[in-house]
Amino acid sequence: MHGRWAARLAPYWLALPGWLWLVLFFVIPTLVMLSISTQTGDIVNGFTQTFHWQNYVDGWNQFSTQFIRSIMYGLIATVLCLAISFPVAYWIAFYGGKNKSSLLFLILLPFFVSFVIRTQSWNFILSDNGMVLTPLKSWGLVPQDFHILATDVAVIGGLTYNFLPFMVLPIYVALERIDPALLEASADLYGSKVTALRRIVLPLSLPGVFAGVLLTFVPASADYVNSTILGGTNTTMIGNVIQTEFFTNLDYPTAAALSFILMAGLLIGVFAYARALGTDDALDMAGA
Amino acid sequence: MSHNPVPDPVAALPADVLRGLTSPRLSRRDALRLGGVSGLALALAACGVSGGAQAGPTGSAAVDAAAAFWAKQTPTKLMNFANWPLYIDVSATNKSNHPSIDLFTKQTGIKVTYSEVIQANDSFFGQIQPQLAADQSIGYDLMVITNGIYLDKLRQLNYLQALDQSKMTNFNQNASPLVKSPSYDRGNQFTMAWQSGMTGIGYNPKLTGRPITSWQDLQDPAFKGKIGMFADNQDLPNSAICAIGVNPESSTQADWQNAANWLLKQRDAGLVRKYYAQDYIAPLSAGDLWISMAWSGDIFQANASGASLEFVIPKEGAPIWTDNMCIPKTAVNPVAAMTYMDFVYQPQIAAMLAESINYVTPVPAAVTYITADAANATGADKASLQALVTSPLIFPPASETALLHHYRVLTTAEEPVWNKLFEPIYQA
Amino acid sequence: MSTGLPMTVLEGQEAEVRAPQRPGRKRRRGGWLLPIWTWLVIFWLSLPILVMIVFGFNATTGKFNNTWQGFTLRWYQQLFAIPELTQALKNSLGISVIVTIIATMLGTLLGLALGRYRFRGSGATNLIMFANIAAPEVALGAALLSLFLLLGVPRGYLTIVIAQVMFSIPYVAVTVRARAASMDRSLEEASRDLGAGPYTTFFKITLPMIFPGVLAGALLTFALSIDDYIITSFNAGSTVTFPLWVFGVSRLGVPPQVNVMGTLIFAFGVLIAISGAVSGRRRK
Repeated sequence: MHGRWAARLAPYWLALPGWLWLVLFFVIPTLVMLSISTQTGDIVNGFTQTFHWQNYVDGWNQFSTQFIRSIMYGLIATVLCLAISFPVAYWIAFYGGKNKSSLLFLILLPFFVSFVIRTQSWNFILSDNGMVLTPLKSWGLVPQDFHILATDVAVIGGLTYNFLPFMVLPIYVALERIDPALLEASADLYGSKVTALRRIVLPLSLPGVFAGVLLTFVPASADYVNSTILGGTNTTMIGNVIQTEFFTNLDYPTAAALSFILMAGLLIGVFAYARALGTDDALDMAGA
Repeated sequence: MSHNPVPDPVAALPADVLRGLTSPRLSRRDALRLGGVSGLALALAACGVSGGAQAGPTGSAAVDAAAAFWAKQTPTKLMNFANWPLYIDVSATNKSNHPSIDLFTKQTGIKVTYSEVIQANDSFFGQIQPQLAADQSIGYDLMVITNGIYLDKLRQLNYLQALDQSKMTNFNQNASPLVKSPSYDRGNQFTMAWQSGMTGIGYNPKLTGRPITSWQDLQDPAFKGKIGMFADNQDLPNSAICAIGVNPESSTQADWQNAANWLLKQRDAGLVRKYYAQDYIAPLSAGDLWISMAWSGDIFQANASGASLEFVIPKEGAPIWTDNMCIPKTAVNPVAAMTYMDFVYQPQIAAMLAESINYVTPVPAAVTYITADAANATGADKASLQALVTSPLIFPPASETALLHHYRVLTTAEEPVWNKLFEPIYQA
Repeated sequence: MSTGLPMTVLEGQEAEVRAPQRPGRKRRRGGWLLPIWTWLVIFWLSLPILVMIVFGFNATTGKFNNTWQGFTLRWYQQLFAIPELTQALKNSLGISVIVTIIATMLGTLLGLALGRYRFRGSGATNLIMFANIAAPEVALGAALLSLFLLLGVPRGYLTIVIAQVMFSIPYVAVTVRARAASMDRSLEEASRDLGAGPYTTFFKITLPMIFPGVLAGALLTFALSIDDYIITSFNAGSTVTFPLWVFGVSRLGVPPQVNVMGTLIFAFGVLIAISGAVSGRRRK
C-alpha cells in the first residue's frame, strides 16, 4: 500500500545504493587502513596485528619535515589560487554576459588534457635556458645561474596551476547567484564600488570561497606528482613518502599510519576552518 | 543562457554536518551503527595482510623438485609474455609487429601474446603478489624483472619457477660472463638475462668543459646546482658504494655508512640540483643539468634524438643492472616460456633485439650479425647500425666490463637498515 | 561571522526566477584591469597546451621529444601506431564512461534523498561524503588498496572502476542535493494528486527539474575520472590508463602521439566551446 509508508521509506531506498558503495569502499577501507597501521611484520613473513601504535610516533618523527612542508605548500598554493581566481570569477560572473559559459569553458579547457602532459610541458617552458628564462637572462633581469625548476617555487607554481579550476568554479557559482539588483540597490544608496565589494559581494561569495579552499588545499597538500616532476632536493612531499613506503619498501603499516596522520590532520583542519567561518550562515547561503 | 549547468561544490557544506559542529547532531543510533561497522572491519583486519611465503624446498631437494616438475610438464602452443614498454624489436613499418616473436612462432609453432605491462618493478610486483600468494595464475608465463629488491623478494617468497637446466643450450653457449651465474642468481636457477644496462655518468662535454672520468666529478663544486642524482634505493646507494672504492656485491654495513656519508656531503654542499625518479634525460639534454647519474641506453637514445651527450663508466667501477626473464610459479605454459628464453640467446635473434633496444645485449656474438646488417643497409639506417656496433654502450669492451658490478643482494633483515640509511638522502 | 543580510534576499536564487535586467541600462564594462587579468590567466593556463601542440609536429628521430628537429605531420598519420598507448586510451575512455554512468546514478539518488528528505542517518551520510571529498587522494587510494590487499583481490580494471566511483559519488550527490533542496515540491505533489505513480513522477517531473545538477555532476565525474592518476595508480594492477601510461613512459621518452592525442582532445573541446557560444548567441 503506497502513501505514507512509501513516502517514509523513499529516502532510504534512494540513498541505499550510493550509501552502500561509500560504506563498502570508503568507510571500511579506511578502517582497514587504520587496522593495518598498527600491525608489524614484513611482506615475506606476513603481517600480524599487534596494536603497535608506535608506528604513528615513528612515522611522525621520521617525516615531520615532509608533513609540515606539504601543508605549507598546500596553504601557499591555495592562497595564490584564491588571489588569482577571485578577480577572474568576479569578472566572468558580473561582466561576462552572453559569453559567460564560453569564458568559463576556456578556463577549464586546458584541464581536459592529461595533467601529466601539462606538468611536463611546464618542465620544458621553465627550463633554465628555455622560452621564459632566456629573455629574462639576456635582459639581465635575473642572474645567469638562476633557475625556477627544481625549487619549491616551481612545485608551488605547479600546484597553483593544476588546482586553479577547483577554486575558480565554486567562487564563480557563488558570485553568479548574486542578484544584480543588490548591487544596483547599493549604488542607488550612494555606495561606492568598493563598498559594494566589501559589504555585499565578498560576504555572499564566502560559501564559494570555502568550497574552493577546501577543494584546493586538501588535494594540493596531498599531491606528489608536481613535486616529482618539478621539484628539487628539498621539496619532497608526504605523498611521495607514502608512495615509497607502500610500493618500494612494501612497509604497509608505516604507509597506512602516514596516510592516516595526513587524512586526520587535513580533516581536522578543514572542520576547524568551517567552524571559524561561522558555519550556520555559510550553510544557509549555500542554498542547501 | 544565464544559468549554467556548472557543478556546485559550494554545496559541499552538508547541512547536518556543519550544524553538527556547533551542536552535536549525530544521533545515538547513528553512532551505534558506525560503531558496528568499525567493529566488523576491525575483526576483518585483525587477521593481518596476506603476504607469507609459499612453502618450498631448498638445496638439493630443490634441484630434485625442479627436475620432477619439468618431467611432468607437457609442451603447449601458447605463451603469455609480460615485458617493459619499448623493450623488444619492432618492425620499421608497424610498431606492433615484433619480428623476433614472429620468427619464434614460425620455428616452434608457439603463439605468443606479448604485453608491455611492466611500468616499474615495484608496481608490477605489487600487482602480482596477491595472486602468487593465493597460488593463482597471474596471466603471464614469462616476465622480465630487474635484479634487485623485487627479484630477491620473488625468490624469498618462492614465487619463481626454477628453470629447466637441460633446456639452456643456447644460453650456456652464447651468454656473456656478465650474466652467467650472477651474484643475484648463482647457477642461473631462476633467471636468464634479457638485457643489461649500466649506471654511470652522463654529461654534456660543452657545458662541463672537460671530460669526466670519476664519481668524484659529481662532487666538483664547479658543477654546483647542475648535478643530477637518482632518487632510488638501488642505483644511488650502489653507485655511491662504487664511488668510495668498494665492490657493492661484497660491501658491509660500514661501507654503506661511508657511502651514505659521501652522498650527504654532496647534498649538504648544495651540489645536487635534484634527485631524479626517472626523467633526468630531458634536463640533461636541455642543459639544465650539466652532469648526471645516467643509464647507458638513455644516453644512446638521447643522442639519436638530437642531443650530444657522453656516457662514461667511472674508473672506480659502476653498477650494472640486468632485466631478467623469469617464470612465475603459477605459469600455465612453462615449457613454452623455457623454449622462448633459450631461443633469444641465438646470436641472430639477439642481434634483432639489440638493434631496437639499444641496451647491453647478453649475447656478445650478436655483434657479427649487426655488422652484417650494417653492411647491407643504406643511408640513415646504415649509420645508426654502425653506431650500434662500435658503441661501448651496447658492446662494452672487456676493460670496461671488469669495472661493472651487480647490486648488493639484501636479506630481509638488511633491507630496513639499507633503506633507513639511504632513503632520507633523496626523500629529504 | 554574521552578515546581517535578511534571509529573504537570498530566496529565489534560481536564475530563472531572477529579475531580468532593466531595459535600457548599459552593461558596465568594469574597466580594463579585470578583463586583462582574466585573459592573462587564460593565456597562462593555455601555455603548456600550446607547447604540447607545437611538439606534436616535431620531426624527432629518436625516442625523446625534447629538441626541435623540424616540422612534420607524420605523427598525425601514425596516431595509433603504438598499440599500448591506444589500449591505454581505450581503457581510460571505457573506464570513465562506466564510472560516470554508475556514479551519476548512485550519486543522483543519494543527492535526491539528502536534498529532498530529512531522515535518520542523513547526518552520518553527509559526514561520510564530506570526509570523502576532504580526504586526500593518497589516503583514499591507499585505504582501498589496503582493503584489496587484505582480501587478496587482484587489482585491475574492476578495482579502478570501484575506486573511481567511490570518490565520484560525493561530488554528484552534493551537486544534485543542492539542486534538489531548492526544488519546488508543489509540482511533484500536483503530479501525485493527478494519479501518477512514484516512478512516473520521478522520471517526468523530478528528474528534469534536477537535471542541470545531474549533468554537472556527470561532467565533473568524467573529467575527474579520465585524468585521475593518484588513486588509479594505487589500484590499477596491470591495467594501464592514459595518465598512467604517459607518466610511466616519461622515462623512455613520451612519444609525439601523446602530444597529438592531447591536441585533438583540446581541439574537440574548443569546438564544443565555440558551438556552445554560437548556438547561445543564435538563441538570444
